[in-house]
Amino acid sequence: MLMIFGYPAPLMFGQLLLGLINGAFYALLSLGLAVIFGMLNIVNFAHGALFMLGAFVAWGLLEFLGIGYWPALILAPIIVGAFGLLLEKTLISRLYKLDHLYGLLLTFGLALIIEGIARNEFGSSGMPYRIPDALQGAMNLGFMFLPVYRGWVVVASAVMCLATWLVIEKTSLGATLRAATENAPLVQAFGINVPRMISLTYAGGVALAAFAGVLAAPIYSVNPNMGSNLIIVVFAVVVIGGMGSILGSIVTGFGLGIIEGLTKVFYPQGSATVIFVVMVIVLLARPAGLFGKNA
Amino acid sequence: MSLSRRALMGTTAAAATVPLIGRANAQAPTIKIGVLNDQSGPYRDTGGVTSVACAKLAVQEFNAKGFNVEVITADHQNKPDVGAAIAGQWYDRDGVDMILDVPTSSVALAVAGVAKEKNKLHINVGAATVDLTGKSCAPSVIHWCYDTFMLAKSTGGATVKAGGDTWYFITADYAFGQQLQKDTTAFVLGAGGKVMGSSPYPFPGTTDFSSFLLQAQASGAKVLGLCNAGGDTVNSIKQAKEFGINMKLAAMLMFITDVNALGLDVAQGLTLTESFYWDLNDRTRAFTERAKKVTPNNWPNMIHAGCYSATLHYLKAITDMGAAAVKAGTGTAIAERMKKMPTEDDCFGKGSIRADGRGMFNSYLFQVKKPSESKGKWDYYNLVQTTPAAEAWRPLADGGCYYLKS
Repeated sequence: MLMIFGYPAPLMFGQLLLGLINGAFYALLSLGLAVIFGMLNIVNFAHGALFMLGAFVAWGLLEFLGIGYWPALILAPIIVGAFGLLLEKTLISRLYKLDHLYGLLLTFGLALIIEGIARNEFGSSGMPYRIPDALQGAMNLGFMFLPVYRGWVVVASAVMCLATWLVIEKTSLGATLRAATENAPLVQAFGINVPRMISLTYAGGVALAAFAGVLAAPIYSVNPNMGSNLIIVVFAVVVIGGMGSILGSIVTGFGLGIIEGLTKVFYPQGSATVIFVVMVIVLLARPAGLFGKNA
Repeated sequence: MSLSRRALMGTTAAAATVPLIGRANAQAPTIKIGVLNDQSGPYRDTGGVTSVACAKLAVQEFNAKGFNVEVITADHQNKPDVGAAIAGQWYDRDGVDMILDVPTSSVALAVAGVAKEKNKLHINVGAATVDLTGKSCAPSVIHWCYDTFMLAKSTGGATVKAGGDTWYFITADYAFGQQLQKDTTAFVLGAGGKVMGSSPYPFPGTTDFSSFLLQAQASGAKVLGLCNAGGDTVNSIKQAKEFGINMKLAAMLMFITDVNALGLDVAQGLTLTESFYWDLNDRTRAFTERAKKVTPNNWPNMIHAGCYSATLHYLKAITDMGAAAVKAGTGTAIAERMKKMPTEDDCFGKGSIRADGRGMFNSYLFQVKKPSESKGKWDYYNLVQTTPAAEAWRPLADGGCYYLKS
């Protein structure tokens, strides 16, 4: 049997694929963060809580209204996005002129409040959420057993990442957005409603988090702590990719998922740390991150 | 008759002793119980507010005569330093007489250290580490109704006996997980089984177990031993099902609250060990009926029942010893009184506390029901095997508790 670093090749292929699946979540979440930071200059610490909220909305839609997975995949991001819009209008928009630190504190506080309320209402053990019938079962790839649902997660998040990147880099809407980030007064002078645009961008980033939350619901139990477990890693991904770089966060998300997956084979105790080791090395070599513009 | 006696007492006492009576009331001692556990994190549902509710239920049902009882609570956030600081403040400044529950083995060991140093009573219910009655034992510490040895013996022993003789472990890499793996390994090897490997993963913060599951599968072992707890166990089991892992799953520590979170379609067929189940007998059902009034959404597991039972026994010992003597005495003194008295309550029936502080109750091996067998919410377990109290726990001589040697 073919061996890679002393491990059977099928096991290694399996681990690479698993890395890619986890990377899909990292990419999707860090993408939202990067969009928000790139356009609004806000370090959105509430991202993990909004990811969790997406999963909870999906669970609630099913539990109380009988609305299943597929509609929830669209409805939950819209509902949570609307909530994000409300947050932006009432709270976050007041902080644009202040130091980054204030935005960080506000969103961190919001995350604690949202998670605290969820914990109080629903407990900490979490709620079960079934994999939709169409995605039940698994495929035998020869080297591993791939659950259909996990395959779907990779495809869905890759498509979503690509679509977001295209909108921002290749459309006129994206061009206006990027221009507004560079020089808001000038863009406003052209008759474009910049504040509304920024609000919608925040809502869009939040909707991406909620979308990831719905994707995650059948894999993990729908649990108030599900976001806080991920958010620190996702921040590391954004920093490594380069704050605010869309492409950077996508590539780094998938890449780090793979590195983490391999660490779980060679030295499982280190799998939570390896991403931060990579972060330290990258920051020493390239302080602006792999894809960041040098400040 | 009684009227005239009361009147007589009243008149003789009247003028001179009114202040005395007043003083006597004020002097009825107040026993303070501090419930210290995780009220906001991963172990909130296995202990948390339901433990507090069950301790209060015991206080209310006992209805103490001659002393008052006050229950206070705090959240240790699963951090040993936070737990130890609260314990120190409670014992020294707030006049707490007994600290109850304290899940999370790392925090439990820290709090037991504080109790030992200050010679104050600590009844641990929520933590698993068997060291609380072994190398980290203390004369003023009692460990109530489960530990890693008892879980390993019941679940591990039964699994090997049923033919599961090769094992792979997925283990939370901290005091509790390591201890549980060590104890289970001893039973597997002792029964002639083999351990094929293990994946110690970082705790807390790991949510994806698929990589470890595939490694376990590749090892060729028949049994997958999960040495973790709460949400980690729930996620491991869910993902094992998702990836079609065809090994026998042994959840080394799992509560009915976790089964509820998994849902029966995923959890069915699992074997696990608890020392309490609400549907064991008439007395446990009666207790649960009363407990449901104070905790309707989270039915009691063995930790919650343990908090009720431990509080009840503590109050009985106080009545026996005299509240004033307890207030003035040491933690060791009341612990010794508790060890001398047999325990008796609806949750665990008759039991006792051994010289090293080990609560001695039956342990039960359960198998989770199929969805078709379950008659309703929380109807989850079939009883497979009962291990009597005398056999369930680590023998006294093997613990190496220091104060028993001298």
